[in-house]
Amino acid sequence: MNAAKLEEEFLSSGHFACPGCGETLAFRHVLKALGRRVAVITTAGCGSVVDGYWPLSASKVPFFHCSFGTAAATAAGLKAGLEMIGDRTTTVLAWAGDGGTFDIGFQSLSGAAERNEDILYCCYDNEAYMNTGVQRSSATPKGSWTTTTPVQSQKEEPKKDIDAILAAHRIPYLATASLAFPEDLARKVKKARKIKGTRFIHILIPCPPGWRFQSDLTIRLSRLAVETRAFPLFEVDGGTRYQLNPMPKKIPVKEYVRLQGRFSHLSEKQIEAIQKEIDTKWEELLDRARG
Amino acid sequence: MRQLLTGNDAAAEAVKLSRVQVIAAYPITPQTSIAESLSNFVSEKKLDARYMRVESETSALACLIGASMAGARSFTATSSQGLALMHELLHWASGARLPIVLINVNRSMAAPWSLGTDHIDSLSQRDTGWLQFYCEKAQEVLDTVIIAFRLAETVLLPVMILSDGFYLSHFVEPVALPSQKQVDRFLPTRKTRYRLNPKDPHTFGGGVSGLVFARLKKDMQESMEKAKVVFRTLVDEFESVFGRTYAPVEPYLTEDAEVLLVTVGTITGTARAFVDEARKDGKKVGLLKMKMFRPFPEEEVRQALKGSKRVVVLDRNISFGGEGIFCQELKAALYGMEPKPEVVGVIAGLGGLDVTPEGLGDLYQKVMRGEIRSGKPYWMGVEG
Repeated sequence: MNAAKLEEEFLSSGHFACPGCGETLAFRHVLKALGRRVAVITTAGCGSVVDGYWPLSASKVPFFHCSFGTAAATAAGLKAGLEMIGDRTTTVLAWAGDGGTFDIGFQSLSGAAERNEDILYCCYDNEAYMNTGVQRSSATPKGSWTTTTPVQSQKEEPKKDIDAILAAHRIPYLATASLAFPEDLARKVKKARKIKGTRFIHILIPCPPGWRFQSDLTIRLSRLAVETRAFPLFEVDGGTRYQLNPMPKKIPVKEYVRLQGRFSHLSEKQIEAIQKEIDTKWEELLDRARG
Repeated sequence: MRQLLTGNDAAAEAVKLSRVQVIAAYPITPQTSIAESLSNFVSEKKLDARYMRVESETSALACLIGASMAGARSFTATSSQGLALMHELLHWASGARLPIVLINVNRSMAAPWSLGTDHIDSLSQRDTGWLQFYCEKAQEVLDTVIIAFRLAETVLLPVMILSDGFYLSHFVEPVALPSQKQVDRFLPTRKTRYRLNPKDPHTFGGGVSGLVFARLKKDMQESMEKAKVVFRTLVDEFESVFGRTYAPVEPYLTEDAEVLLVTVGTITGTARAFVDEARKDGKKVGLLKMKMFRPFPEEEVRQALKGSKRVVVLDRNISFGGEGIFCQELKAALYGMEPKPEVVGVIAGLGGLDVTPEGLGDLYQKVMRGEIRSGKPYWMGVEG
């Protein structure tokens, strides 16, 4: 990467994020890759709160807080409005968590994707409602502890496959991305910026308090999620052309699970079941990539 | 140029003449024909705007919030359940100080289903920080839309225009269509001081302290008060350009009236016909039409009702467990006025139930005989 281009920061230090927060790091990478001509819409969630209280704001880009369920529609309207006042070059970024994407914002996102609104939608997925203190979302993986899925009533359902759902909308571009592979993340954002229509980038965000791990393990867990195939990296062009990104050698999911307090109650048998599900999903993904 | 138009046609023409730049709408009876007309105007390039065919009313208003933050003039139309679905974003739009204009074609709220008109849908949104103007005629709908954009963009609060479903939205009336030149003279291009602009980045709507929050809400209230003054100025300017004028409340033969009917929306036309007939028989009856509901025009109401003995408020709504909402508001406006009139609350025309001149005649007799007095609301047409 060109080091000079990396010097300009669009997210200041001094924001309100927890130590080891993956969300702010992802936001910083995404903003750097997009550059100056951007306007950001964010929903209720960590990304909204950590930006700061008035008169402070960590963002150095135009930044609008919208209602929880409306990131995609608000972003689409902003893009339409900008075009109508003669600004055709600004990229509109919708920045939403898994709650604002998989759950409450899903209708708005599906509507925008179906209409192929010209927005870049990034989901920072920390796999639960972290901002309200770790409650289950439909992005929470099976078996994970949250405050609303205590160990006695574990989440039985697998994580919603948001990528397949968005791909089924036949949007022009979709990608998954990881904090452990920032060059890959930046490349995908830059690629998405040049495409017209709805673009969706799904970034896995390890969350120290929500996943219950030490705050110096964020990048390591990001890497392990990819290495174990719990969160594989791929791109989908036009909703059908799957392409797997170069992946490191596969390692067992146990390596990923055992570092997180949210999975500490799982038995060996349960971890084996998770491994099986990951293997099945991986095969499905390989099939899609083979075409 | 005069044309025969429905209230919904008049609304769509006004939006076109106002050079709206972004429209987002979702179909709902009886609003739908506004959305259809606007979609056609945009498709036929009669209006240079983006028409967003969204998947819900929530997304419709969300789109406009985004568009308005870009600095674009924005409009939507809805009814009933659609307006209720927008509730969260009605607060958002006013809190963000966005001059969006919305037409709500009034329709009752389910359950059970009814397509008939009443005002419970819009009155349920009383406290969302939107200005509210109720209309009697198609011409008034058209004119109010044009005034609304100018007013909204001056006081930086959104405006909701109310039109009775079917009675106004679908009935055809002669309407004077202003020229584009006239409208351009009255309503210039929107100018924005703050918007989402990469060349001048700002953060909007993030967390604030209680003190800042309270100050911002006080600002909204002050802008509501300012809107009363601005409206009075704008209607004068409107008259100089278009030759028609409006008022927050419109008294009709109130001077010597012993019974004064207070009306909202299309019931006003019926009441006007009743008053004209009753006057021929020597009955001292008049009416006060309420156009502006938010901000509430207390001064005008007090002025208009000063000296009257008996006021009958026809409410096409009910605040369950209370009474009609206009009746409540009017009583509050009269607080402390001496002597003050007896205020009789009447619930009339819910779910589109027809209110006729004969019905009003019967009501008048009952009031004169003292059979209906102030206190619990009287349910007109459903007495049994």
